[in-house]
Amino acid sequence: MQNNKNNTEFNSETLSLVNRIINRYPQGKQKSAILPVLHIAQAENKGWLSAEIMDYVASLLDIQPIEVYEVASFYSMFNLQPVGNCMIEVCQTGPCWLKGSEEILAHFEKRLGIKPGETTADGKFSLKTVECLAACGNAPVIQVGTEYHEKITIEKADELLEKWQAENKCSHTNPYF
Amino acid sequence: MAKQILLNNINVPGLASYEVYRKLGGYSAVEKTLKNYTPDEVTAEVKKSGLRGRGGAGFPAGMKWGFIDKSTDNPRYFVCNFDESEPGTFKDRHIGQLNPHQLIEGMILGSYALGARSSYIYIRGELFYVLRIIEKAIDEAYRNGFLGENILGSGYSLDLHCHPGAGAYICGEETALIESLEGKRGNPRIKPPFPAIVGLYNCPTVVNNVETIANLPWIMNNGADAYAAIGIGNSNGTKLISACGHINKPGIYEIELGLPVKEFIYSDEYCGGILNGKKLKAVVAGGSSVPVLPAELILRTANGEPRLMSYESLSDGGFQSGTMLGSGGFIVMDETACIVKNLLTFSRFYHHESCGQCSPCREGTGWIEKILYRIESGKGSMKDIDLLTDIAKHIEGNTICPLGDAAAWPVASAIRHFREEFEDHIKLQRCPLSK
Amino acid sequence: MSLVKVIIDNIEVEVESGTTILNAARKIGGSVVPPAMCYYTKLEGSGGYCRSCLVKVAQGSAKDPRPMPKLVPSCRTTVQDGMVVQNITSPEVMDNRRAITEFLLLNHPLDCPVCDQAGECHLQDLSYVHGLEETRTTEERRTFEPIDIGDKIKLNMNRCILCYRCVKVADQLTDQRVHGVLGRGDHSEISTYILKAIDNDFSGNMIDVCPVGALTDKTFRFKSRVWYTNPMDAHRECSKCGGKTVLWMKGDEVLRVTGRKDKYGELEEFICNDCRFEKKNPNEWIIEGPRKIERHSVISQNHYEKLLIEENNPKIKIEK
Repeated sequence: MQNNKNNTEFNSETLSLVNRIINRYPQGKQKSAILPVLHIAQAENKGWLSAEIMDYVASLLDIQPIEVYEVASFYSMFNLQPVGNCMIEVCQTGPCWLKGSEEILAHFEKRLGIKPGETTADGKFSLKTVECLAACGNAPVIQVGTEYHEKITIEKADELLEKWQAENKCSHTNPYF
Repeated sequence: MAKQILLNNINVPGLASYEVYRKLGGYSAVEKTLKNYTPDEVTAEVKKSGLRGRGGAGFPAGMKWGFIDKSTDNPRYFVCNFDESEPGTFKDRHIGQLNPHQLIEGMILGSYALGARSSYIYIRGELFYVLRIIEKAIDEAYRNGFLGENILGSGYSLDLHCHPGAGAYICGEETALIESLEGKRGNPRIKPPFPAIVGLYNCPTVVNNVETIANLPWIMNNGADAYAAIGIGNSNGTKLISACGHINKPGIYEIELGLPVKEFIYSDEYCGGILNGKKLKAVVAGGSSVPVLPAELILRTANGEPRLMSYESLSDGGFQSGTMLGSGGFIVMDETACIVKNLLTFSRFYHHESCGQCSPCREGTGWIEKILYRIESGKGSMKDIDLLTDIAKHIEGNTICPLGDAAAWPVASAIRHFREEFEDHIKLQRCPLSK
Repeated sequence: MSLVKVIIDNIEVEVESGTTILNAARKIGGSVVPPAMCYYTKLEGSGGYCRSCLVKVAQGSAKDPRPMPKLVPSCRTTVQDGMVVQNITSPEVMDNRRAITEFLLLNHPLDCPVCDQAGECHLQDLSYVHGLEETRTTEERRTFEPIDIGDKIKLNMNRCILCYRCVKVADQLTDQRVHGVLGRGDHSEISTYILKAIDNDFSGNMIDVCPVGALTDKTFRFKSRVWYTNPMDAHRECSKCGGKTVLWMKGDEVLRVTGRKDKYGELEEFICNDCRFEKKNPNEWIIEGPRKIERHSVISQNHYEKLLIEENNPKIKIEK
């Protein structure tokens, strides 16, 4: 535990953001900050929540580790396994399906050679299916990090993929900045 | 052009900034209200306006405020439900992204009416980019004296914060939202007690939808009577309808309640008709939870009256021949859409989003998805159809929160109105619509 | 405390205001008592999850006689003066209870023949009374691997009905809860997340509050079917708990120690792990006599009380 301490702990800038967030809630209700802090922790930890980083979040919020595990495993945006550098999330619910999300998903699968839930061998991309992203008017919709990409076509998917490949896209950035 | 309350200035460049919003008359409702109204007078005004909750249930907003427990010394909380996740619904994002100050102004008014000193906007975690826009707007509001200590010298102080969710539709249910805001799993609470008595941190709390709150500045500026004059019957005011699916012009439209459905679908002012000139097959009028209706029943009630976009008209005929206005998520399907497959995506959604606390929803939603998957992939049997109806019937009404109902209604209605399509899948052992 | 009158299945009963419908029904007793799979009197905030105790409120109160629009969980709904409740007299309630039983069994492995809980399992009882004779599901059941949580407790998640009782035991009886409900929906599971032993003086009570065979006593594992054992009330001086237990004996051997359960399967007192796991020598106990098992359980089918225990087991001394 001690050896990895430096890898887990937030730097002072992130810590001050975390403290600002904790102060938004009444005294003694710091557990309220768990979702925002987990979002930050996940971004800092290459897009996933290890037990170690969840324990660190528990210590920051002065709660039991199990309380963090319970929460982290409930919300679908938290990944409890390592993911690729750039995670592509494809919406598959009714309105996106009506507008061809299955073809878009199949195209990403083909281009990347992976199925939803998997990561490419080079660790660059992960694919994930998600439920309604609330952008149905511009279906089909995908999300990468905090970016929405809407009215996706096969051509647009190719363009985006090439761009991300060229810039070595990382989707795990602090969502507050 | 219909009356515009919410989207009036939506296309003005820079509307998300304080300067532009202010120049267009923004925050005048806060100035007027803090100067001239007591908190109870604000509640009375909202009651009189007839504004109903825009998140889906349509419960009168002023009445909900009236339930708040003022007998304790505990703090009171006002919380904005920005967990917009109901498939087909994408109206709140539009407000948050393009007109955040309208939402903030509404939050100040509601908080003042309820006596809340710190309020929260709970926004779904996927919409972090909108959260950043709102946080920037909140900072501007603080800098300009509309938030913080002693707002405009009125003696009233308010802190406002955004709180991100992290991927859970169930947190749109108000007690699950409160649990989530407290840093817990989004498990709905068993009611009673209701949040107005025991809410956030066990204090009296009101949770309102984004659109509901965004209406407040207009109501306080123009008066309850002016608001009540808009709309039809008990459906006062305007409603944001987010239209998607097989239409020429998907998007967010502000309609005056009472607009004929036919006009909404076919006129160029709104959806602009069915994509590629195809035939209308079915509509899910109020977000994925509400019963799907076939073309003939969405355009006209069972009595042959033109169906209107209002709470009353859309629910005319009950679930036998009617549906609900719900959240205003208007999903249009043309003749090429497979009802069974569309339903499968909905049922997969509810299965995915069930919190797992109570047995009918936890077990029933997964069971429904598996059966639908079998039918859709050509492996269903005729008795599966009645089994689906029976499962849906026993989830409905038996769960802790309305997610169970929301999972059951689409199944029951799809079988009620499109039974033949299920039978065809089973007989042909494939989708009858696929080539 | 003021008293209120409530009618349940045409039987009137007077209870303190604030009493739940379930407890009012328990005051009447017999067949009008709804089954309770997740409610537990001694655990604060329990109940409301399993929905097996749903009842119909035909009249809300004398003041407001309107019926309640939906069936209500009797364990979480308090009575009002003049309330009229239907449990077994309502076909709607019985039909829904059939459905709830089916939901609870949907992903259950139905492995009673190899389950240590068989014979004292509330889900078994519920299915016996309310279940269908045939299963209507052909879908694959979701499965988990059984795991050890500590050296004394076995967790078989496949059997769990997510009653939350064990979580509440850890919350309310121990200083540090290390297990909880993880995941969501039908993938929810009782877990410590990282394989961690649940290790505190009162963790064994999780076994006793578990209504099914999800949490079982590893020290009793596969030793005997419960109905072949003789439950004996016993006590000892204990510094950690009241020391009042039931010894489940075969011959003069103590196969298992549990707390004393009432007729609804609820512990009269929680006991410590020393009493439960470490004291398997009958000489360490003062044996009071055969435990009266009031439920219509297979345990009582053994007619163990008729056995002359001292005659069969001369080593055991029963306190007179």
